[in-house]
Amino acid sequence: MTDVALSAPPSPRRAMIGRLVSNPTTVAGVVLCSIILAGALLAPWLSPHDPLEQNIVDRLAGPGSEYLLGTDQFGRDVLSRLLWGARVSLLVSFLSIATAVVVGGAIGMISGYIGGRFDLVTMQVMDVLLSFPSLILGMIMVALLGSSVTNLVIAIALTAIAPFARIARAPVLVLKERAFIEAGRALGFSHLRILLVHVLPNIVTDLLVMGTLWMATAVRTEASLSFIGLGVKPPTPTWGGMMRDGFENILDSASLCIWPGLAILVLVLGLNLVGDGLCDVTDPKATQ
Amino acid sequence: MTASEALLEVRDLAKHFTVTKGFPRPVTTTVRAVDGVSFEVARGEAFGLVGESGCGKSTAARAVLRLIPPDAGRVRFAGIDVTDAHGSTLQRLRRRMQVVFQDPYSSLNPRRTIGQALTEPLRVHGLARGRAARDRAISLLEEVGLPPSAYDRHPHEFSGGQRQRVGIARALSVEPELIVADEPVSALDVSVQAQVLLLLKDLQTRRGLTFVFVSHDLGVIRWFCSRVAVMYLGRIVETGSVSGVFGAPRHPYTRMLRDASPIPDPAIRGQLPRIVGEIPSAANPPTGCHFHPRCPRASDLCRTAYPEWRADGDGGVACHHPVD
Repeated sequence: MTDVALSAPPSPRRAMIGRLVSNPTTVAGVVLCSIILAGALLAPWLSPHDPLEQNIVDRLAGPGSEYLLGTDQFGRDVLSRLLWGARVSLLVSFLSIATAVVVGGAIGMISGYIGGRFDLVTMQVMDVLLSFPSLILGMIMVALLGSSVTNLVIAIALTAIAPFARIARAPVLVLKERAFIEAGRALGFSHLRILLVHVLPNIVTDLLVMGTLWMATAVRTEASLSFIGLGVKPPTPTWGGMMRDGFENILDSASLCIWPGLAILVLVLGLNLVGDGLCDVTDPKATQ
Repeated sequence: MTASEALLEVRDLAKHFTVTKGFPRPVTTTVRAVDGVSFEVARGEAFGLVGESGCGKSTAARAVLRLIPPDAGRVRFAGIDVTDAHGSTLQRLRRRMQVVFQDPYSSLNPRRTIGQALTEPLRVHGLARGRAARDRAISLLEEVGLPPSAYDRHPHEFSGGQRQRVGIARALSVEPELIVADEPVSALDVSVQAQVLLLLKDLQTRRGLTFVFVSHDLGVIRWFCSRVAVMYLGRIVETGSVSGVFGAPRHPYTRMLRDASPIPDPAIRGQLPRIVGEIPSAANPPTGCHFHPRCPRASDLCRTAYPEWRADGDGGVACHHPVD
C-alpha cells in the first residue's frame, strides 16, 4: 500500500485552462471582451476628442477623417463617446453582478444549508423577485431611488440576486449530504467554517461561470434603462443613452444608432461566448 | 457489565422521521428508523451493529454521535450526557468520539489537500498549528500506511482504499477514544477491505481505541468485533458475544442472517437456505413482532405482541420462541 506510486496527474486547473483555449468560440469571446475592455481602459488616450465637447458647426456629421464615426446632434465625437461609454457599461454591469453574486450567493448558500422552513420562505421571496422581468424591476428601483451610477448598480443587482440565490442553493443541497460535511460536524467545526471552507469553494466556480453570462444581461439592462432615460444622467456618455439620442435623430443620421448598438452587441456576444466556454469546461459531463 | 465500566451507554435511543406528502390531502407518515435501542460498549471493546439495509443501524450511529438529534433516549459517553451537551461540552465530546464513513469518495472535500484535511481539526481544537501540525499530520499518514508525499495532494489522486486511510487518519487526528465506523469497508474491493480492516484492528490494539462497528457484513463483524447487536427494523433483537450470537443464534432472524452468509466450502455448495421476503417498511411495521411475517417459528402470539427483552448473562434476545 505504501509503495503505490503517486504519479502526479496534471492539476485540474491547468487542464481546464488548456481546454478553454482549445475552444475557438471561447477564444473569440475573450478577444471581443478584451477589445471592449481595452477601449474602456485606454479611453483617455484613444479617444480623439473630448466626449463632452460640443461642436455645433459639425453636428450630425458623417464618418470622415476628423470624426471617424461622425458626430451626434450636438456635434460630439461618436467614437470618443463610445470609448468613454464602455467604461460606464462595464463598470455598472460588473459592479452589479459582483454585488448579486455575493449577496445572492450568500442567501442561496445559507438558505440551502439551513434548509427546512427557512429555506422554503427565503426561496418563495426569491421566486417573487424572479417573477418580475428584470427591466421592470430595474425601472421600479431607479424610479424609487433616483438615477445615479450607485442606484443603477443597486437596481440591476437586485434583478440578479434571485437567480444567483437559486444557482448557489442547488449545489449546496447536494453538497450538504456529502460525508465530508458530516465529518466536519463530527470534528466540531463551526457552521461558519463549514460554509466558508468546505461549501463555498465547491460552488464558487458555478457562481463565476453564471456571473459571466449574467454580466451580458446586465449590460443589456443598463443600456435599456439608459435608453428609456432611467440610466446615468446626460451628458455622461453611455451606450444606451447614445442609442436614444441616435433614435431621435434617426432620419438625419441613421449611423448614430448603429454604433452603440454594435458596441452592445459585441460586448454581450463576447461575454456570452466566454460564459458558454466556462460552462463547458467546468461541467464534468461535457466531453471535449 | 455494569454501567460504570461502559465507555458508551445508549438507553432507549429513538429517531423518527416524519414525511408529509400528498395533495390535496397530505398524509404524514412516521418512519421509526431507530425505535428504542439500548446497548453499552466497554472501553477498548469492538462492538458490532449488524443488520440488513434500512434497519436503522447507520441512523443509530449518527444519533450516538449527535450528528442528528435523537427524538428520545439517552446517550452517555464516559458518564457525560451526549444528548443534552452543547457549546464547549459538546466540542470536547466531539474530540473524544470520531467517525469513519462508508463512502471514501464523498468523505473528503475534493478542493482541500490531504494535509489541509488533517491539520484543520488540529487547528480547530487548538492541538497544533503550523510546523507542528504538519509534523503530526505526516506521522498520522505514516500510521495509516500512506507516504508523507500524500500531504500536498488532493483526494482525486488517490484510490478508494487510500482515501479511506486518509479518512481514518483524519478521525485519529483529534486523538479520540471512540471511533464509530459506519460500514467502513463496504465500498472497497475485497482485497482492500482486508488491508483496511487490518489497519483498524492494528490501531485498536496500538491506541486502545473503542469501536462501534456498523456493518451488514457478518464476516467482517465476526472478525473485527467481540460483541455484537443484531438490529431489525429499528430495534435490537439479539445481543451477545460474537461467538455466542453467531455460534448459537437464538433469534430466528440472527440464524437466518448467519445462514445467509456464504461458507467457503464446496462440499456444502448450493445449500444456502432461501431467505423469505424482504425487510418491511419502517413506516408501516408489522404488528406484534416485526419479524413474524418472515419467521419460520411465528405463532399467533408473535402476530399480536412484541416480545419482551430477555436478558441472558452478557447478552439477550427479544423473541417469543428463541432457539435453544
